[in-house]
Amino acid sequence: MAFGRSSRKKPLVEPVTLKILVAGGFGVGKTTLVGAVSEIRPLRTEEVLSEAGRPVDDLHGVENKTTTTVAMDFGRITLREDLVLYLFGTPGQDRFWFLWDELAQGALGAIVLADTRRLEDSFAAIDYFERRGIPFTVAVNCFEGARRFPAESVRGALDLDPEVELLMCDARDRESVKNVLVAVVQHALVLADRSHAPATT
Amino acid sequence: MSDAAEPNQATEGRAPGHHHWFDADAGPVVRPYAMTRGRTSAATRHRLDLIALVVPEPAADDPGRDQTLSPEHVEIVERCSEQPQSIAELAAGLDLPVGVVRVLVGDLVEDELVHVTRPVPPAELPDVSILREVINGLRAL
Repeated sequence: MAFGRSSRKKPLVEPVTLKILVAGGFGVGKTTLVGAVSEIRPLRTEEVLSEAGRPVDDLHGVENKTTTTVAMDFGRITLREDLVLYLFGTPGQDRFWFLWDELAQGALGAIVLADTRRLEDSFAAIDYFERRGIPFTVAVNCFEGARRFPAESVRGALDLDPEVELLMCDARDRESVKNVLVAVVQHALVLADRSHAPATT
Repeated sequence: MSDAAEPNQATEGRAPGHHHWFDADAGPVVRPYAMTRGRTSAATRHRLDLIALVVPEPAADDPGRDQTLSPEHVEIVERCSEQPQSIAELAAGLDLPVGVVRVLVGDLVEDELVHVTRPVPPAELPDVSILREVINGLRAL
């Protein structure tokens, strides 16, 4: 049955919603990064995944589990009244990968947050986004006390494609995180432009 | 729950560091999926995305009057009537698992009390003009 819209109330604006994922190893600063730009304190949401609720095609590593609780931290940035960006910190542990597929669906891009002291923690995320063709940017969180490495050597250690951008950032700093976000969306824009005008590569 | 500490400790043990859980720390009084009467998937055809927004219909002006709705249903409608809320925000705000919120929102969609925006069609990237607007919006923050 169709209801006519009530004219008594101001109609609610229905914004377009977009999401960017923030991935990286445990303790690398994902929630800090989300909090630096979010207009709300990062919220935590939990998903209890059971055999019954699990998507049938995503079984990697969880074959023997019946239920799993995963937590995601997320924030919101209202860019305009009709345009809202959500940032989702992906669960850090590898065994929750099956959840990423849902998180990743429709994501406009991703940030891989890396710590030079534990670069290997970022391999899984980089590999994941490369394989799914999700545009991503690597942001090296410059922890105080951590040795600084030149971008080129970090890039080499991560074996990044030349077109993937690598930035140094401070996950606590709003301007720094904004720059990373802009870089992700610009990269997504380049890829989207290319897919609209197919060329042989 | 994975983070429940010391599950085997005897109650009268009272070892140093042993503590009781009270109120919210003790976990929900009602098992989450009891609120959905055991259902783990919603009646709606599409799985609701985490960033899908829940928008109340005019028919949902006074959800508290509807005796068939649970308090959680009513709270979802009320939370969304100020400003549409995403599934993720509702789950965080109600302190319920996302799966439970999906089922409850699915009920409300069935009852035509709310509708849900579909963010970006699955497996598609947002179009170029939206990406440009996002960049401009981020720079202007």
